[in-house]
Amino acid sequence: MAVMTYRDALKSALADEMERDESVVLIGEDIGLYGGTHLITDKLIDRFGKKRVIDTPIAEGGFTGAAIGMAMNGMKPVVEMMTWNFSFLASDQIIQNAAKLRYFSGGQVSVPIVIRGPNGGGVQLSAQHTHSLEGFYGQFPGLKVVAPATPEDVKGMMLTAIRDPDPVIFMEAGALYGTKGEVPEGDATVPFGKARIAREGSDISLISYGRQVNLLLKVADQLAKEQDVQAEVIDLRSIRPFDSETIIESVKKTNRAVVVQEQWRWFSVASEVAAIIQEHAFDYLDAPVERVSGAEVPAPYARNLEIAAFPGVSQVIEAANRALYRKG
Amino acid sequence: MATTHHTNETPTDVASNGTAPTSTVSPETLLDYYRQMVEVRLFEEAATRGFRQGKVGGYLHVYIGQEALARGFLDAFRKGDKTITAYRDHAHVLFQGGDPKATMAELYGKGTGLVKGKGGSMHLFDVENGMWGGYGIVGAHIPLGVGMAYSEAYRETGNIIQLYLGDGAIHNGYFHESANLAGLWGKDGMCPCLFIIENNQYGMGTSVERATANTNLGSKFDSYAIPWEKVDAMDLEAVIAVAHKAVDYVRETGKPYAVEAMTYRLGPHGAADFLEQYRSKDEVREARKRDPIGLLEQRLLDLGVTDEEAMEKIRAHAKELADEAVKFAEESPEPDLSELTTDVYAPETGLI
Ligand SMILES: Cc1ncc(C[n+]2csc(CCOP(=O)(O)OP(=O)(O)O)c2C)c(N)n1
Ligand SMILES: [Mg+2]
Repeated sequence: MAVMTYRDALKSALADEMERDESVVLIGEDIGLYGGTHLITDKLIDRFGKKRVIDTPIAEGGFTGAAIGMAMNGMKPVVEMMTWNFSFLASDQIIQNAAKLRYFSGGQVSVPIVIRGPNGGGVQLSAQHTHSLEGFYGQFPGLKVVAPATPEDVKGMMLTAIRDPDPVIFMEAGALYGTKGEVPEGDATVPFGKARIAREGSDISLISYGRQVNLLLKVADQLAKEQDVQAEVIDLRSIRPFDSETIIESVKKTNRAVVVQEQWRWFSVASEVAAIIQEHAFDYLDAPVERVSGAEVPAPYARNLEIAAFPGVSQVIEAANRALYRKG
Repeated sequence: MATTHHTNETPTDVASNGTAPTSTVSPETLLDYYRQMVEVRLFEEAATRGFRQGKVGGYLHVYIGQEALARGFLDAFRKGDKTITAYRDHAHVLFQGGDPKATMAELYGKGTGLVKGKGGSMHLFDVENGMWGGYGIVGAHIPLGVGMAYSEAYRETGNIIQLYLGDGAIHNGYFHESANLAGLWGKDGMCPCLFIIENNQYGMGTSVERATANTNLGSKFDSYAIPWEKVDAMDLEAVIAVAHKAVDYVRETGKPYAVEAMTYRLGPHGAADFLEQYRSKDEVREARKRDPIGLLEQRLLDLGVTDEEAMEKIRAHAKELADEAVKFAEESPEPDLSELTTDVYAPETGLI
């Protein structure tokens, strides 16, 4: 085990796969000479050359489409979305071509592509530069959508993503690039469709993914210290395919659940998780499933407004107390 | 005849080595292509009848009037090359060797269809033969073709991509983003892609004049430093001559090239376009005089390689083939319901 940042873990997965498999290339805006806006691909152009680290003009629809064409035709491109906010321009390619090609070609064409980049808010980028799009992309059959929260997972899931025969939407927790954690050496892949129990507990299930997992760990500590409540924290990691089993098992044990997400509540991941719980663990529930989500507004700029717009410790504690029928 | 426009590159002109372009193809080959064009024409007429009878669903866009275009460019096609086009794709797949029975069965939504009844008319794929679809979102297949070309260069296969797009698709952002990437990658020999504009004068009901102030569509490639030329695509031999010149250039240099192929959609935009209020009957009647099949008949008669009787035989045989395809389609079973959920993810992933 080595201690690494989320950024370096991610980068090492990319470099290892490029070393291992010549069909893997990187493509995106300013990923080469500039080093990548978030330095995920820094210096890889020196190591692998410009045919494999492809700097593009600012044309998300065009270069994402071209990368899909590469994937159809024998390559394994990893596309960098400078941030997921710009992916709306590419979403037509992702949804209309990448997700559906296997189906409407009757299985004749595969699209082994990874589209990756930072997702989510929290650094005052305001309305157009703040989105959490797991639910949006998670809606479409044919895509796989993952959102790793730890250095270990970001590396292991990137290895899995690149080797996957289908298009993978890889949502990085942009706010966590600098965070550190232990990462196993070598080829330690992490499978899709498996949630991670980040903290075991018996009194209530707190469920999220991405950077909100760290928030839940904080909440769990506080609940334990102040109220003697043992919360189980579940990191979904994979939005599609989805690990219903781990969630259901946890709720059967705790009988209560709070689902937390940065994205808007309507038609969201938390809505789906709540529905799954009531379908499969209805008789085990002692309280309605609580959802804590982003405020139903475009993301604001001012720091205080931004903090108010996203789930925070106090909101999650309040939701947990409602589910526990406690005053807090 | 072709007129060439150069930007900063000069294509190697293989067709102009002292002989007229018409000599690049033998009369026997022309006769064979005539047969294929008639077969495709009658196939599409039969498909249109199937649509009117309610047996073909969804949209149905026929290639009637444009046959010389696809047939001509494919003369320069070799194994390993790939084509990609929009939804007006029946002729492309058939000329490339796609099975007419499986193609008709696809239109009829049958399990024996080219893509198992999962795509229909707009999504015909026959990857084995080099046909990579079949796309329904105008312009959205253009970047795919450019990326496929990058991959051919990256893997050093020597193959090229023939990328067909409509006159209507050229006003879409995808065209401009993709042409820009192609020009850029071509500088390093990384984009062996031949762009072929199928200028049939209309994007649905919007004529080229009503869609752009610059109706010289090939000139749009000038912005991206991609050399291009125009060809009369009603004339099969002219298309063949340009096709070889363009394909050889693309293959040798790894750079993109473009051809604005002038044609005319003699049929409706889609089978449901029966009003055709956007053009006059006279205009269509006039265009019919240059029906590529008619022009080719005349040429073959002039060359003395055929006569009325022989051509009648070809037509009768084509009719038989179309009827057989329809019969096969009608008698084929619908897709098994278990197929509903396959081909969403790779089978080895175990996901539906
Ligand atoms: C993005 C998009 N917008 C609109 C349509 C509807 N539509 C289908 S075909 C077509 C006309 C396209 O014309 P052109 O590219 O010239 O091809 P042609 O039909 O003439 O072969 C339109 C507008 C579509 N399929 N996709
Ligand atoms: Mg047109």
